[in-house]
Amino acid sequence: MTTVKEEIREGVDRETVEAVREVGSTYKHGWNTDIEMEYAPKGVNPDIVRLISTKNEEPEWMTEWRLSAFQRWEQMEEPTWAMVSYPEIDFQDLYYYARPTSMIEKPKSLDEVDPKLLATYEKLGIPLKEQMILAGVEGAEDYQAEGRKVAVDAVFDSVSLGTTFQKELKKAGVIFCSISEAIRDHPELVKKYLGTVVPASDNFYATLNSAVFSDGSFVYVPPGVRCPMELSTYFRINAENTGQFERTLIIADKGSYVSYLEGCTAPKRDVAQLHAAVVEIIIEEDAEVKYSTVQNWYPGDEDGKGGIYNFVTKRADCRGDRAKVMWTQVETGSAITWKYPSCILRGDDSQGEFYSIAIANNMQQADTGTKMVHLGKNTKSRIVSKGISAGRAQNTYRGLVSMHPKAQNGRNYTQCDSLLIGDKCGAHTVPYIEVRNNTARVEHEATTSKVDDDQLFYCRSRGMDEEEAVALVVNGFCREVLQALPMEFAMEAQQLVAISLEGSVG
Amino acid sequence: MARADLKKEKHEATEARISTLNMPQGGTWASMARNEALSRLRGMGLPARRDEYWKYTRPDTLIQQDAPAAALFDSLEPAVFDSVDRLKIVFVDGVFDAAASDDLSLSGVEIDRLETAAAADIHWAKDVYGRLEARGQTPVARPLAALNSAYATDGILIRVTGKAAKPISLIYTHKSEASDAILHHVIKLEKGAELTVLENGPAASRFNKVMEVEVADGAKFHHIRAQGRDHERRAATHLFTRLGSESLFKSFTLTVNGALTRNEAVIEFSGDNAVAHIAGAAMGDGAFHHDDTVFITHDAVNCESRQVYKKVLRNGAVGVFQGKILVKEGAQKTDGYQISQALLLDDDSQFLAKPELEIYADDVACSHGSTTGAIDQDALYYLRSRGVTKKEATDLLVLSFMAEAVEEIEDESLREEIVTRLTGWLERRSG
Repeated sequence: MTTVKEEIREGVDRETVEAVREVGSTYKHGWNTDIEMEYAPKGVNPDIVRLISTKNEEPEWMTEWRLSAFQRWEQMEEPTWAMVSYPEIDFQDLYYYARPTSMIEKPKSLDEVDPKLLATYEKLGIPLKEQMILAGVEGAEDYQAEGRKVAVDAVFDSVSLGTTFQKELKKAGVIFCSISEAIRDHPELVKKYLGTVVPASDNFYATLNSAVFSDGSFVYVPPGVRCPMELSTYFRINAENTGQFERTLIIADKGSYVSYLEGCTAPKRDVAQLHAAVVEIIIEEDAEVKYSTVQNWYPGDEDGKGGIYNFVTKRADCRGDRAKVMWTQVETGSAITWKYPSCILRGDDSQGEFYSIAIANNMQQADTGTKMVHLGKNTKSRIVSKGISAGRAQNTYRGLVSMHPKAQNGRNYTQCDSLLIGDKCGAHTVPYIEVRNNTARVEHEATTSKVDDDQLFYCRSRGMDEEEAVALVVNGFCREVLQALPMEFAMEAQQLVAISLEGSVG
Repeated sequence: MARADLKKEKHEATEARISTLNMPQGGTWASMARNEALSRLRGMGLPARRDEYWKYTRPDTLIQQDAPAAALFDSLEPAVFDSVDRLKIVFVDGVFDAAASDDLSLSGVEIDRLETAAAADIHWAKDVYGRLEARGQTPVARPLAALNSAYATDGILIRVTGKAAKPISLIYTHKSEASDAILHHVIKLEKGAELTVLENGPAASRFNKVMEVEVADGAKFHHIRAQGRDHERRAATHLFTRLGSESLFKSFTLTVNGALTRNEAVIEFSGDNAVAHIAGAAMGDGAFHHDDTVFITHDAVNCESRQVYKKVLRNGAVGVFQGKILVKEGAQKTDGYQISQALLLDDDSQFLAKPELEIYADDVACSHGSTTGAIDQDALYYLRSRGVTKKEATDLLVLSFMAEAVEEIEDESLREEIVTRLTGWLERRSG
């Protein structure tokens, strides 16, 4: 047995050297689109905020809302509590607004969009044509037989290019459009809900986002409607030195249901780029929202050069009784991840679930988790988090479970597992548990271990190479979360898990 | 802006507190240690409400200039450990009571008082006093411990070279309603030495205590403490320990009431194959706030750490647990276990927990669990259906809930002493 293990070790070392050499080429979405862009001047100040507002043709109240957020932001300090370290960000050295010049005159339909842009999404596997009915996540083509439709809102740098299936969705009463359109066309809804889940002054990055968000998606599902197809937004950062600040607002009215997917990629660049998004979800009585993310921003190279700094605030508010929300995230990309999709369980009997896989390889740093705030009676939540660290990466689960005095019979179950691949990485768990009534029951478990040698040996003895074996074991480790993803995403996620770990074995 | 404000606030609070204290006069080693501690304290500032490490416990009454008064409490039950053969050292409101104490002599053990030893220019304690505390200041600041090293008026310095014949028992009595005691103990176990230290009593209306324990290779240290049950006393205690290879460290604390208790333990493995277990059982009824803050650093191979914390809370009592296992790079084969559990006997009580893992080595098995809930109704029903009264059934379930922590006490007679305290609490409470 020992001799066999040694053989593996030796084999690994050689493979590692080769794999690490190749690792730079494993990020598949690292190319960029060469296209003429229009930028706002670098930096952020009230004029830039006004400019963004003007470019989006916004009403006065929206401009004011942004400006007051900006004022607030100037008073705030960047948070330092997360277990991530990065060079100081110069917030005045970024472009806060960048759009392809072909988008200045907003095309009336997707057919009029610059073919170069359409080709970008085509290449990413996201066809923006309605006849191609499946979100083009790789490997999913074979499953077209099921005929599942996915409507896509494509966001390119600071602007939304367009949204597919709008007509069909309209028939069902569902509004799915970019948030800039929603501000123009549905101001009453935006006014009613925007900033009610993530207040403009919520935190440093959310406040910055409130001031400078350029676009994003808007969803409204009317009472009793089951959204006839999955909705999705695909975010692409293309321009250099540009921050992407998108804002998503999803409202599921009484008794409705919607499943929403989010994907993101960016070109490989040497200079780190900032992405600070806000997602707000309002779930009324008996409604249900599923929100799935496959986050595959450029993670930087193996020495930690470049990559996206992903500072995201996502929160769902279960306002009505029996409302339900499920967050599922597969975090494989980004140089820095700072993200805590949360659930406010206000309505009685409401439920929140959080399933997460976070993979950090090379020099990536992830600090991610969730907050479950139980306010209503009989509220339930479940957290399943799988963190995987490899290379010299740091991966932290940070979460809060809070049972308020009025959350009678609240229930929470949390499972956080960390897996370490290699002895140069770190895996950390920072849960906060606050129980303020005795009818609540809270259970938290966490484990940290390394990839099991026996399992690896078993796979290897059946002819798999080391990396395949690790990928298989890791996929097994993540199974509970992968199963919670919509089918198309699950397939992509599974492949991503393998790709993200390339070069990590040893 | 905000961060600068916090720093200023802490600076002002620190200077205000220091202005009421007098640094004791001492010989060379003690003055050096005290002045270094003072500059550490000034560097970090006393804790403030907004400090992350004080998120669940308000430090106000621990840092304010005057100690809040605590009514004297006459316990009718015999003092804990009374039946144990031990060497007694008594402090009354932080002042050494020679009449009530035994002679400070025990074979294989060297015992000095800090007050006298500090007057000398040189003493063995200089290698430990304030040193372990200083090590324990990173990565998290523990300013109340630095304040202690700078201003402690007395304490016991114990050096053990062999196997101590009997336990050393530190007894803290409280006789003045508003007393503010600062004691600092140093315990040094040489290679292969063995010692048991017992502590009990409320000490003062406000008590700041540091105990530094250096455990050399192959040495064994047992620590059992019962914090006094006066209803209004406040205590901030720190236990700093560094463990050599093949050594053993076991500490158990029972806390029954008290207005505010913050017990910090900082344990560092510096030699391979060592074992450290730390456990706590806290029972709170009414205006009770109990905080266990533990930080265990694995910086050696094949060490085992175990944290077991149990809290039973009622009538608005608040329990806090902050526990951390840090496994440094290279500390392979670490076995780290941590459990924190609270039983909330009624709807007013709270349990706030932050059980952390920070791990930089891959060949480790670390886990933590935390649960909070009420008495298991099924178990209660089972017992009642067998003719046990509701109170008895509840008591039985509480005792079994505490068992995992209490079992960390190896010595059977000492364990019995603690169980008696637990049952005493259960009997006293009504309903």
